[in-house]
Amino acid sequence: MSVISSVLLLAQEQPAAPPTQVEAPSVTAIWPILIVLGAACVSVLLEALLPRHLRWSSQVVLSLLTIAGAGLALVIYLKDAPVKGEVVLNGTLVVDRPGLFLWGTLLALSLGAVLLIADRSVEPGGAFVASAAIRPGTIQDRAQVASTGMQTEVFPLTLFALGGMMTFCVANDLLTMFVALEVLSLPLYLMCGLARRRRLLSQEAAVKYFLLGAFASAFFLYGVALLYGYSGSVRMSDIASAAAGSDRSDTLLFAGMGLLVVGLLFKASVGPFHTWTPDVYQGAPTPVTAFMGACTKVAAFGGILRVLQVAFQSTQWEWRGVLWGVAIVSMVIGAVLGLTQTDVKRMIAYSSVAHAGFLLIGAIALTQKGLSGTLFYLLTYGFTTLAAFGVISLVRDSSGEATHLSQWAGLAKRSPLLAGVFTFLLLALAGIPLTSGFVGKFVVFEAALSDGMGPLVVIALIASAVAAFFYLRVIVLMYFSEPAADGPTVTVPGAFTTAAITLGVLVTLLLGVAPAFALDWAGSGAFAIQ
Amino acid sequence: MNLAAEVHQASGVAGAAWLLLVLPAAGAAVLLLGGRRTDKWGHLLGSATVIAAFVYGVLLFFDTTGQGTEDRLRDLHLFDWIPVNALDVEFGLRLDPLSVTFVLLITGVGSLIHIYSIGYMSHELRDRRRFFAYLNLFVAAMLLLVLGNSFVTLYFGWEGVGLASYLLIGWYQGKDFAATAAKKAFLMNRVGDVGLALAIFLMFKNIGSTQYDVVFDKIGQQSTGVIVAIGVLLLLGACGKSGQFPLQAWLPDAMAGPTPVSALIHAATMVTAGVYLIARSSPLYSLAQAGDARLVVMIIGAITLLLGCIIGCAYDDFKKVLAYSTVSQIGYMILAVGLGPAGYALGILHLLTHGFFKAGLFLGAGSVMHGMNDEGDIRRLGGLARKMPITFITWTLGYLALIGFPFLSGYFSKDAIIEAALAEGGTRGWIFGGIALLGAGLTAFYMTRLLILVFLGKPRWENLKSADGRSYHPHESGPTMTIPMIILAVGSVAAGGVLSGMLPEWLEPAVGKLQEEHGPLSATVVSVLTVVISALGAGIAFLLFGRGEQPVTRPQRVSFPVRAARADLYGNHLNEALISRPGVWLTRFLVFVDNRGVDGLVNGIAAGLGGSSGRLRRLQTGFVRSYALSMLGGSILVIAALLMVRFA
Repeated sequence: MSVISSVLLLAQEQPAAPPTQVEAPSVTAIWPILIVLGAACVSVLLEALLPRHLRWSSQVVLSLLTIAGAGLALVIYLKDAPVKGEVVLNGTLVVDRPGLFLWGTLLALSLGAVLLIADRSVEPGGAFVASAAIRPGTIQDRAQVASTGMQTEVFPLTLFALGGMMTFCVANDLLTMFVALEVLSLPLYLMCGLARRRRLLSQEAAVKYFLLGAFASAFFLYGVALLYGYSGSVRMSDIASAAAGSDRSDTLLFAGMGLLVVGLLFKASVGPFHTWTPDVYQGAPTPVTAFMGACTKVAAFGGILRVLQVAFQSTQWEWRGVLWGVAIVSMVIGAVLGLTQTDVKRMIAYSSVAHAGFLLIGAIALTQKGLSGTLFYLLTYGFTTLAAFGVISLVRDSSGEATHLSQWAGLAKRSPLLAGVFTFLLLALAGIPLTSGFVGKFVVFEAALSDGMGPLVVIALIASAVAAFFYLRVIVLMYFSEPAADGPTVTVPGAFTTAAITLGVLVTLLLGVAPAFALDWAGSGAFAIQ
Repeated sequence: MNLAAEVHQASGVAGAAWLLLVLPAAGAAVLLLGGRRTDKWGHLLGSATVIAAFVYGVLLFFDTTGQGTEDRLRDLHLFDWIPVNALDVEFGLRLDPLSVTFVLLITGVGSLIHIYSIGYMSHELRDRRRFFAYLNLFVAAMLLLVLGNSFVTLYFGWEGVGLASYLLIGWYQGKDFAATAAKKAFLMNRVGDVGLALAIFLMFKNIGSTQYDVVFDKIGQQSTGVIVAIGVLLLLGACGKSGQFPLQAWLPDAMAGPTPVSALIHAATMVTAGVYLIARSSPLYSLAQAGDARLVVMIIGAITLLLGCIIGCAYDDFKKVLAYSTVSQIGYMILAVGLGPAGYALGILHLLTHGFFKAGLFLGAGSVMHGMNDEGDIRRLGGLARKMPITFITWTLGYLALIGFPFLSGYFSKDAIIEAALAEGGTRGWIFGGIALLGAGLTAFYMTRLLILVFLGKPRWENLKSADGRSYHPHESGPTMTIPMIILAVGSVAAGGVLSGMLPEWLEPAVGKLQEEHGPLSATVVSVLTVVISALGAGIAFLLFGRGEQPVTRPQRVSFPVRAARADLYGNHLNEALISRPGVWLTRFLVFVDNRGVDGLVNGIAAGLGGSSGRLRRLQTGFVRSYALSMLGGSILVIAALLMVRFA
């Protein structure tokens, strides 16, 4: 804590706001964040005041209304948003075009995630524990599995995490970014431990995520401190101008940048900082995995993009080679380790590590094309992953979700629709044409090629070919294997899960067939450097 | 010679020329999609569409003759077909004397053969509708081939007639030989099609367009190499479709199809597409730089015409002899168009007269087989003149026209080609003219043999039974079959005399003026010489086959030339040795490489990745401490690398 307080003290000693911000602070720009965080507070109050039987319904209505309201505020603001972006709240947040795109993506994805979280038809009572305080394995625990209650605190936690993510994407200085990082992370740690079944695994995942997350936060914060030492400011644009023309020690700059980036790469589960990913994806309740897999990835890469493009643009020739290496490691780890996974959720986790490598390629191409390509990729990847986890939550046996791959054998014979949908999503993850995954990979690789990263693109293509193997293996397993005698059943999903999966599949198809609209939006402007 | 500058837009009657394509295409669509419902009237609809197309063709003909000579080249733009970047293919029709001539031939002979087929296919009522659908499809594709105003449109029709031909050769799909023949025709045509496609690619690459007017306008500016390459590749296409050496082997086998098909597609129309292609490309072949390409065309024509005659002498199958006769006659046409401006019109003239008499000969053969339990072995026929008088008379008229009997069709068209070949001058003229003369003699020989063995002599079939155990009861065919034969016989007699005067002038806007050159021998001498040689051939045939008993089975102890001819002059053996067997070896080699090399590599990589995956997996221990350690290690590496890059 001493580090934090010292940095805060340093930050307070900053001179007053620079003269660029003479206009009155605009609140219209950040209405979406205010709505989400405000609703999160209301949601906590509901939790405290409402009787137990009213909580689920009111929380669901509140969460959906919040996301819809934030989306509406975003659309209203978008109409007359300045192309160059707008700095608000004394320069701590900057609302620019990429930030708005990330907000839109986050809101749309969290809508799907909230639908999955709210579902109570697949598992009676929902995927969340009835009472988190009960010790796993006790008689009470067996009773709570059968009960229909659920720990509805998951809704305010989701909203807080979402608010944190949205703030993270538009943070204009590293300290705000750190606070946003913690705001988005802490609820996620908790949510990971709330599974109704296999609670030990779930709690283990939560503890692992928390410990490693704290470790990574320390890296991030130490990096911020070193960068402050280098430039005398935590604002990204100041760091950029300091790096552009100064004779100060570059050791501080690069050590600070390295530590900062490690903290960010951890959140984005880029190898070799991915180690938490498979365990946490597997242990967390599937709706939370979907939320993490889709939204955290978007927020983390939003942060990486902003940091690299705004703060470290001028030093790119020094650090680019290192991030090349990181991207290669991530793609190789994701693709190769994915080959031998026997659990669907772990397999998707390794797939997300490989995808993080692809995204990093786009992120280190510091061009407008690289920016728009990466943003588009995030949009496509988020929806595909969301729908994939939605489908995974439907395949169940008596002990809950049947995630072992051997249980998926011959699934197409029993449930052709589900197998077809999952096949489509896997093809999208593999990047087959007519799915959004193809377009996403195409724009990212094209941006990298035009920025002189040919060899990296070749490695990425090989990695996608290797990764295609384990996607296709699941397809082969579902269609060409004899179903196991006591195999899992496919639950008929309720309206919520159906809506979430349909949303994901439709967007995956639409962005694969007619991506122009989203591509235009993703490429409508650059980060504001103020 | 610049033909392209004077192309006009079609209007009026000619503006509805799309009807020519739509009518038979709609007929095919209705009959194929309508299914069994159309069984009862399908054959009538099929015939009606083609007859309607013929009527329109006649109107179009008079509309074209109504124009001044300069205005007879017309284009009808229909729609933009392939608008892709630099390649812009418009779908349009070229209406000029050449295409209108073909329209009349295709729809005219086509109508007669549709009518004939009503009678011929009466034994197969269940499937007759499908037969007419395929015939309509063929007519539509063939009209597209001759009417298109770009090479791509021509290629579309070219492939369309290939499809229709494949479907119709394999009509008796239950029988092995028909299925094999269809496959063979399709595959050998592919070889030619590749040539045509490559020629089109070359045009697009070097000229940037495939429209006739643009291509012919700019072809003169290309280098000699390009012109010769395009010329030879077009010829390869022509060889495939027209059964020319070395791609002739599919055409005789194509006789496995029903006889009307043989008459329409494999005698009168489709197989002449190669001649059309070369005549259409006359602005290219007429160029001085294209001399080598023209020489190749002449050589191919000469080889083929001789080869067809020789093999025709040895066969005992009625239709196969006619098929080799077709091969040989198309050889004459190719030779003629290879002569350049001196021969385009002659080639087309021979094509038209040949269309009449060869279609008539085939229909006669079909009539004989129809009355003789489908017996096609001429050694088992004989003496049919009395049983089938109309067939006999019409067939004999066609026969006389083919061998060039004075003042019948063939006399005008074939003599003119021989004369023009001799007029080529020098050694070349003597060689090509000599081959053409020799061909005339051989033609007379094998056709006379056919006439004697089928219609004259003793009825050898009287004590025989057909393969299915029935005895023969020859009878004259019904009116739907005899009337087309009579009409075609009239054409065989008169067409040559009528057309030989007018055609060259009529075709002039399309293929250029006929340049009559005079060779070492005068026209009269050539005529007399041709007639004498033909008479000699016919006389020898009379001496050999006209007297005494003919064996019912074919003699096995024969001299080498006969054995060679019976084996198609080893054409199939040649193809097999040169193409087929090396192909099989190559395939086996590739399969071997695939199994051992490629599969080994792929499996090896997969095993390698799987193994490394298994080993890497052990790093994922599940302990937070080791995860944290790996993160720390990664961070140290990243920071160390950053600092090293900066300070190295």
